[in-house]
Amino acid sequence: MKITLRVWRQKDAKSEGRFVTYEAPDISEDMSFLEMLDVVNERLLEKNEEPIAFDSDCREGICGTCGFVINGRAHGPRARTTVCQLHMRSFKDGDALTIEPWRADAFPIIKDLVCDRAAFDRIIAAGGFITAPIGSAPDGNAIPVPKTSSDLAMDAAACIGCGACVAACPNAAAMLFTSAKIAHLGELPQGQAERPDRVLRMVAQMDAEGFGTCTNHGECEAVCPKGIRMEFIARMNSDYLKATATAGRRPTGLDEGGAG
Amino acid sequence: MPEARGFLGSSIGRKIVMAVTGIILVGFVLGHLAGNLQIYLPNGREAMNAYGEFLRHFLHGGGLWLARLILLVAVILHIWAATSLTLSNRAARAVGYRERTWTESTYASRTMRWSGVIVLAFVIYHLLHFTFGTVHPSFVPGDVYHNFVAGFQSVPVSLFYIVSMVLLALHLRHGVWSMCQTLGLAHPRYRRWAFAASWAVALVVLVGNVSFPIAVLAGVLK
Amino acid sequence: MKLESNAPSGPIEKKWEKHRFDMKLVNPANKRKYTVIMVGSGLAGAGGASSMAELGYHVKSFCYQDSPRRAHSIAAQGGINAAKNYRNDGDSIQRLFYDTVKGGDFRSRESNVHRLAEISVEIIDQCVAQGVPFAREYGGLLDNRSFGGAQVSRTFYARGQTGQQLLLGAYQSLERQIGLGSVEMYPRHEMQELIVIDGRARGVVVRDMVTGEVETHIGDAVCLASGGYGNVFYLATYAKGCNTTAIWRAYKKGAAFANPCYTQIHPTCIPVTGEYQSKLTLMSESLRNDGRIWVPKAKGDNRPPHQIPDPERDYYLERMYPAFGNLVPRDVASRAAKRMCDEGRGVGPTGYGVYLDFQDAIQRLGRRKIEEKYGNLFEMYERITDENPYQTPMRIYPASHYTMGGLWVDYNLMSTIPGLFVLGEANFSDHGANRLGASALMQGLADGYFIIPYTIGDYLARHKPEAVPEDRAEVRAAVEAVNARTKRLLGIGGKRSATSFHRELGRIMWEHCGMARDAKGLQEALGMIPALREEFWKNLHVTGTGTELNQQLELAGRVADFLELGELMCLDALERDESCGCHFRLEHQTAEGEAKRNDEKFCNVAAWEYKGDGVKPELHVEPLTYEFVHLAERSYK
Ligand SMILES: Cc1cc2nc3c(=O)[nH]c(=O)nc-3n(C[C@H](O)[C@H](O)[C@H](O)COP(=O)(O)OP(=O)(O)OC[C@H]3O[C@@H](n4cnc5c(N)ncnc54)[C@H](O)[C@@H]3O)c2cc1C
Ligand code: HEM
Ligand code: HEM
Ligand code: SF4
Ligand code: F3S
Ligand code: FES
Repeated sequence: MKITLRVWRQKDAKSEGRFVTYEAPDISEDMSFLEMLDVVNERLLEKNEEPIAFDSDCREGICGTCGFVINGRAHGPRARTTVCQLHMRSFKDGDALTIEPWRADAFPIIKDLVCDRAAFDRIIAAGGFITAPIGSAPDGNAIPVPKTSSDLAMDAAACIGCGACVAACPNAAAMLFTSAKIAHLGELPQGQAERPDRVLRMVAQMDAEGFGTCTNHGECEAVCPKGIRMEFIARMNSDYLKATATAGRRPTGLDEGGAG
Repeated sequence: MPEARGFLGSSIGRKIVMAVTGIILVGFVLGHLAGNLQIYLPNGREAMNAYGEFLRHFLHGGGLWLARLILLVAVILHIWAATSLTLSNRAARAVGYRERTWTESTYASRTMRWSGVIVLAFVIYHLLHFTFGTVHPSFVPGDVYHNFVAGFQSVPVSLFYIVSMVLLALHLRHGVWSMCQTLGLAHPRYRRWAFAASWAVALVVLVGNVSFPIAVLAGVLK
Repeated sequence: MKLESNAPSGPIEKKWEKHRFDMKLVNPANKRKYTVIMVGSGLAGAGGASSMAELGYHVKSFCYQDSPRRAHSIAAQGGINAAKNYRNDGDSIQRLFYDTVKGGDFRSRESNVHRLAEISVEIIDQCVAQGVPFAREYGGLLDNRSFGGAQVSRTFYARGQTGQQLLLGAYQSLERQIGLGSVEMYPRHEMQELIVIDGRARGVVVRDMVTGEVETHIGDAVCLASGGYGNVFYLATYAKGCNTTAIWRAYKKGAAFANPCYTQIHPTCIPVTGEYQSKLTLMSESLRNDGRIWVPKAKGDNRPPHQIPDPERDYYLERMYPAFGNLVPRDVASRAAKRMCDEGRGVGPTGYGVYLDFQDAIQRLGRRKIEEKYGNLFEMYERITDENPYQTPMRIYPASHYTMGGLWVDYNLMSTIPGLFVLGEANFSDHGANRLGASALMQGLADGYFIIPYTIGDYLARHKPEAVPEDRAEVRAAVEAVNARTKRLLGIGGKRSATSFHRELGRIMWEHCGMARDAKGLQEALGMIPALREEFWKNLHVTGTGTELNQQLELAGRVADFLELGELMCLDALERDESCGCHFRLEHQTAEGEAKRNDEKFCNVAAWEYKGDGVKPELHVEPLTYEFVHLAERSYK
């Protein structure tokens, strides 16, 4: 099949970008979308032109490295599928495709379709963990976890941190991503101790990164390759409300001194 | 960790303000509609005027002012939150996409700001129209029924009301569901209910309110 | 070069305990004065960095991805083993130890394997505490599944995303330490050179992959947890970026490379469809629990699978290995599949594939149960092949999946360069000539969470923390080497892309050093690889510059190292004139076509020492002794 690509090219963070059109003939429909781009790049190389930079690693939909917008849809037209798992059979011969990077101020563009998602890491660093120093854990079966809870936690934990939710959100909000981690850890008994603190810290970091705010459009859920649901955003909202209501209930921290 | 900007500074805090003021406003719109529906009673004229009378003397006259105060504060907070969230959302994506394909978001959800602003314009006009009588052709203080029927005699005014109500319905179609989500009704089962509720509220408000100018123009209410 | 295993003496189950007591400790107040460099953020790297930071060391951590959460460990699907015996089916530390030694075909170090089995238990506890959402029973307790090569059910799992969940657990601990300031994280930084000063590993030279800037980072010890080198085959189940660069540069600085030829070919991957193919996708081995593997009995039977009646199907694993059936270890399953296809009974458009059929399991357990267990794997298969495995059997074929070989390390995980520690898949340690399913995750976390924090302390306690001036000759030389190399790669101005060289190397390796090898083929490959390498350095084409994000340049650097490593693998495979585990020499097989070891000559670890470009590396041998498990022919009948 033959495809026409209109691709965003941008030399680096500081340069202006623009769309460049490429023709891609002889594309097999068994190729993945990224393999199609590989072929286009090999042909560019032959012409001594700079290949299109795009991120990918696992190419099996789990590492969350890949991602760009195809014809206005993050990760392309197929539901619950990352671009690396998208195959050309999802398109028709003669299709014209516009390919753009994730666009959000919190995800600055590094080059072409590659952007910087370090903001996600900082949100996790702010509280997306359970403090459990190595060596201190009780037996794995000491705390039973209801199957529903562990299954729900797993649903939320399936997030691959790709950033498509931000890319698709009309407000460039990172709420689906953030809420998924809060729901994962908040659903488990192990995660209760830090639950109020966690949501306050992570939301504060999320805001500081310059993401927008959810107004419940639901675009994020529609493009999320891992089927993360908006219900987690609702949970995060209520966790946040509860945490704010109970914040300030702090121990005095008086130390009577136990030395000797 | 960044300095917490406090509840009102945070994204979710402002969303919650939006939702709580939204509840108050929706409550008012529904209550107001119920009050106005009395006009269809067989003794519509007396009922309406008595209702107006009741409102003005409720809690020795203080009740109305209290309600007005709450409404005013709600409107101000709602507009403040809407504006500040809109600004930060705009700032979150300075460079937009060349192409967009929408899947889940709706016309209603993407036009909240516009529908909101138009509803606000409506309310201002409406106050000048029915409460202060400034723009009313034959305003009679205290005779709510007369003001009502006389007010809708003008076709352009009625049309403006009808258009505004369509936008209000649109605002509520997304607003009510959004409110539930914002306040954390997370269970997938509630999601269906929240959707149903937002459609129901929007339709009731639309049909109920639009019926008034139409009824007057059609000569049902005289 | 001396290969001292430094394994403690005494009864096997007391060795680790004794060793932990014998090791020196670093005074808590001094710990923050030590800087540890950690290359890699997979299970081993993120686990090690976070646990050392928790202890108080200052850690600098590097990975080539844009976030540590994306390390290749994320892709592991099936599960992680632990000798918990929660099933009451006779499991124990002793049995896991025995299974692993036997599974590795008696080519691993007993003391290391026993320690791994001991620690396996603590790993599960740790991960549960971190919030890893392992599968649960309705009563709320942990669930298990069985996995290839074991007769007990000891594998813990989180749907088909176990690696992802374990890595996220480690990543979250790491991020916590980053937030606290005890770990400095450098994503999109590629290690390109090791700095050795006065015989000790003291730092790394890295390239900032966004700006192209070349930086040096100095520390008191260096840990490499950079993963496996299976991408030498080009088509592999590895992430595209996985590379050998970190360990290869260390090898060239004097770290011995052990058993490079031990590479595992995984039996259940989705077959190749075309030339453009960029990687192969693994279907978790856990599928073999419920799927039955078969090919048509008749050669060239092209009927669609559902038209082939049961009596005309050959469930060859069940036929050949009645005791283990479809659950035989990976090497056995892979070779059997190859044999079927070589006999002309393979299926699918290329003839390189066998069926993995779930009809019986769906009938027995119901579609719901199968969906619950394997839903996401089935979805993934359908996305890639456009076939629905609930209706038509999957087609699978073996692919490169794991490398047991790696840098040689002693019991303390220290390489032959003092102060250079190697963790996870990057070292050669625990799996001998074949790794059992669900045990790489276990090893990565054992190394990272529970071993390195102890053994590094013992090393650091013997050395004062001290700075190294940036202008030391060794530092300058390392930086110079990196710059020169980049310049050279950019300056060739030839015609061929790095990928085309990689693909060609992969084909050579797969043909001659893949699932089955023989002296003739290996010798041939030993002729072809240097020729290809020579062409590479004459005819490579890389666009762009070194001072920007340049993916072609990154690729070229990695391929250059693979081109050298491939040769060492063939050399090792040739030298090891026996069959063992995944190293199957056609010359050495039993009448039934099984691997035939030669314990007299090859019961050892082969460790290669770099002697200069174009010079044959020197072979050193660490003999293996089996005191606790008796050397026996591995049989899964
Ligand atoms: C598809 C698949 C499924 C698997 N399933 C299972 C399973 O079910 N059970 C099981 O036990 N095992 C499984 N394995 C094996 C297991 O996942 C790996 O062996 C293990 O995760 C390796 O972990 P690691 O920490 O050693 O390395 P990795 O996770 O590979 O991490 C390597 C790290 O090193 C960094 N790095 C590499 N080179 C450089 C460089 N030059 N400079 C800077 N950084 C560098 C990378 O950025 C990365 O952070 C599977 C493997 C694959 C491929
Ligand atoms: C200037 C006038 C107004 C503006 C600019 C405005 C704007 C907005 C915006 C931007 C939202 C957020 C949308 C979302 O979160 O999905 C919103 C929500 C809402 N608005 Fe308004 N609005 C206005 C007036 C009104 C009025 C008069 C009413 C009621 C009669 C109302 C009822 C609601 C409700 C119920 C919500 C849902 C709250 C939530 O999202 O949690 N709004 N409005
Ligand atoms: C077609 C529909 C409507 C009709 C016929 C109507 C009618 C009236 C009338 C007759 C009054 C004067 C009552 C009195 O003075 O006793 C009034 C007041 C008012 N209406 Fe409406 N209304 C309609 C819709 C709305 C809507 C949609 C809103 C808000 C979004 C609204 C907000 C108000 C307010 C704020 C007042 C002033 C109440 C006060 O005295 O403080 N109305 N309306
Ligand atoms: S929530 Fe979904 S879309 Fe967002 S980062 Fe996670 S996986 Fe990607
Ligand atoms: S699309 Fe954006 S507005 Fe909310 S529901 Fe998703 S984050
Ligand atoms: S490349 Fe890993 S998810 Fe696409």
